[in-house]
Amino acid sequence: MTQVKVPDELGHFGAFGGKYVIETLMPALDELEKVYLEAREDPKFNERLKYYLEKYVGRPSPLYFAENLTRKLGGAKIYLKREDLNHTGAHKINNTIASALLTLRMGKKRVIAETGAGQHGVATATAAALFGLECEVFMGAVDTKRQALNVFRMELLGAKVTAVESGTQTLKEATSEAIRNWITTVESTHYIIGSVVGPHPYPMMVRDFQKIIGEEAKKQIMEAEGRLPDACVACVGGGSNAMGLFYPFIEDEGVRLIGVEAAGHGVDTDKHGATLSKGSPGVLHGMKTYLLHDSDGQISEAHSISAGLDYPGVGCEHSYLHDIKRAEYVSVTDAEALEGFKLLSREEGLIPALESAHAISYVEKLAPKMKPDQILVVCLSGRGDKDVNQVADRMGANL
Amino acid sequence: MNRIENRFKELKSKRQKALVAFITAGDPDMETTERVFGVLEKNGADLVEIGVPFTDPLADGPVILQSALRSLDAGTTLEKIIKLVGDIRKKSQLPIVLMSSYNPIFVYGDKRFIDDALEAGVDGAIIPDLPPEEGKDLAAYAQEKEFSMIYLLAPTSTPKRVERVLKQSDGFIYYISITGVTGVRSSLAEGIEEKVAKIREKAELPVLIGFGISDQEQAKKAAEISDGVIVGSALVKTIQENPDPQTCDEKVGALIADLKNGVMEASPKPSFFQRIFGF
Repeated sequence: MTQVKVPDELGHFGAFGGKYVIETLMPALDELEKVYLEAREDPKFNERLKYYLEKYVGRPSPLYFAENLTRKLGGAKIYLKREDLNHTGAHKINNTIASALLTLRMGKKRVIAETGAGQHGVATATAAALFGLECEVFMGAVDTKRQALNVFRMELLGAKVTAVESGTQTLKEATSEAIRNWITTVESTHYIIGSVVGPHPYPMMVRDFQKIIGEEAKKQIMEAEGRLPDACVACVGGGSNAMGLFYPFIEDEGVRLIGVEAAGHGVDTDKHGATLSKGSPGVLHGMKTYLLHDSDGQISEAHSISAGLDYPGVGCEHSYLHDIKRAEYVSVTDAEALEGFKLLSREEGLIPALESAHAISYVEKLAPKMKPDQILVVCLSGRGDKDVNQVADRMGANL
Repeated sequence: MNRIENRFKELKSKRQKALVAFITAGDPDMETTERVFGVLEKNGADLVEIGVPFTDPLADGPVILQSALRSLDAGTTLEKIIKLVGDIRKKSQLPIVLMSSYNPIFVYGDKRFIDDALEAGVDGAIIPDLPPEEGKDLAAYAQEKEFSMIYLLAPTSTPKRVERVLKQSDGFIYYISITGVTGVRSSLAEGIEEKVAKIREKAELPVLIGFGISDQEQAKKAAEISDGVIVGSALVKTIQENPDPQTCDEKVGALIADLKNGVMEASPKPSFFQRIFGF
């Protein structure tokens, strides 16, 4: 397999990616790319970022050998990359701290973000509070109800949360509305996109800010086992935790990279979020990528029990890895994810985010088919506190 | 030479500024769109942009966004819109461009779109989320077929980007009046005069101003500093608020006639010689 360096200068990952936005935003994207590429090479910027990632976020996050789960499933050794231990409880903050530092570098005073489950919104509001930036978070009206706790959390942190009432009132609309707001405020505002999606340079930049997950995991598994894992597994909505874990392993061809999408009620129903498994190429939110859309190019409604995977698009680099067959993409239903959620809670005392529970659920199927001397690294991208109410509701518990 | 070029040539010889009208296809239904098209033409529109609805139009404010969603609920598709233009072409030679987000066109197929659109009588397209950097194959094919790809410039555009857009645009230049989305505004943006003047200095094509223009006074002011104006949300709103066909046509007719007056007031008065001898 020949691995061409991606993206190219215009942000193309093979046939995907690019900059599909209105002219108003093009200069801001050019500026952002320039500022980012300079910052990336600036030791001072990197030192400062490292400082906050260590002292504030709590990195490196541990790679934990899940002995009970391994024994229970009776196959491959399962290691969990503990992004749930980061401050704010998910991997999202890796990106928001770095993006807030970039905002300061650009001399902008305000940040905006979209959020689905609220994790990215909370991580953005946190970084904004830390660095004294004004912050507005766009969230689908349906999600503000599903994740009321995170709405309150963002408000506590000083952010303004705007409920988006149009269309499906979920992550897709929140993203569209954030882009519309950015078109209006671009001269004073930086848009912190929460995943490896959007127009160039976002997919590349967010991947770079998240690749610390894979870099640490690679070092940690070498220390623990003296060799690379047989497979890396992560959930994929937009796909930032997966891209972060996969990226440092891409050239290690012996390592399978497995992304787990949301199958919702099942991939053969019209209620799922399995974009790579069931979608086709198209253009949305500034990039060319796989999408769930109809034969007239109208975007379909995605569905997942987890708000963070409820998105009809996917990061364009995942589309690329899918097409060149470097990564595999599978899917897990709402019901299976719930089982994963319960399994990890009972076996390891770790309540995973519903997003991460998709990865756990797939491991439940995969690990027993592997040999005991094989190794799996799974991204536990977030903790499940935010989902406890919803799960209780699903299980019929009366809180 | 296509209808767009012809129309601008004609306007230039008469020293007139242009009035471009935008309506969403299929809101509330295709019959209305066809009927309103006639009203626009009769009351002085020089070119009509027909909007292709999309679930997630990123450059649109609430008026056009909601209009697109109503149109989609009514079952509008790009295929039906192209057919509608075919029907309109039996009665009218007014220049028509389609304005669409890229995804419906991408899924339809770039070349198939241009072939079918041309055959139906569409003269060009405005695809706001397809900047000159992307869709180079589409642009090359459009050029080969003399299908006008109209690109946009914004208050945020750098001199380098202005140069690139001027080089690649065909038909006219769409200048976005404000750093923002479509929708009615109370006044024109500050500093717009200077920015448009700089672009016009270098542009061979007419430069038209769109976004936020809704009444006669604004149309006049915008037309004075450019080659014409584009009006969208105000028309879409008028159509939405008047479900009765007769009232709708009267209101749309009155609005477009008002706007036309604004544009005409901004056009230079013909000199004595021009009035007598026509040049």
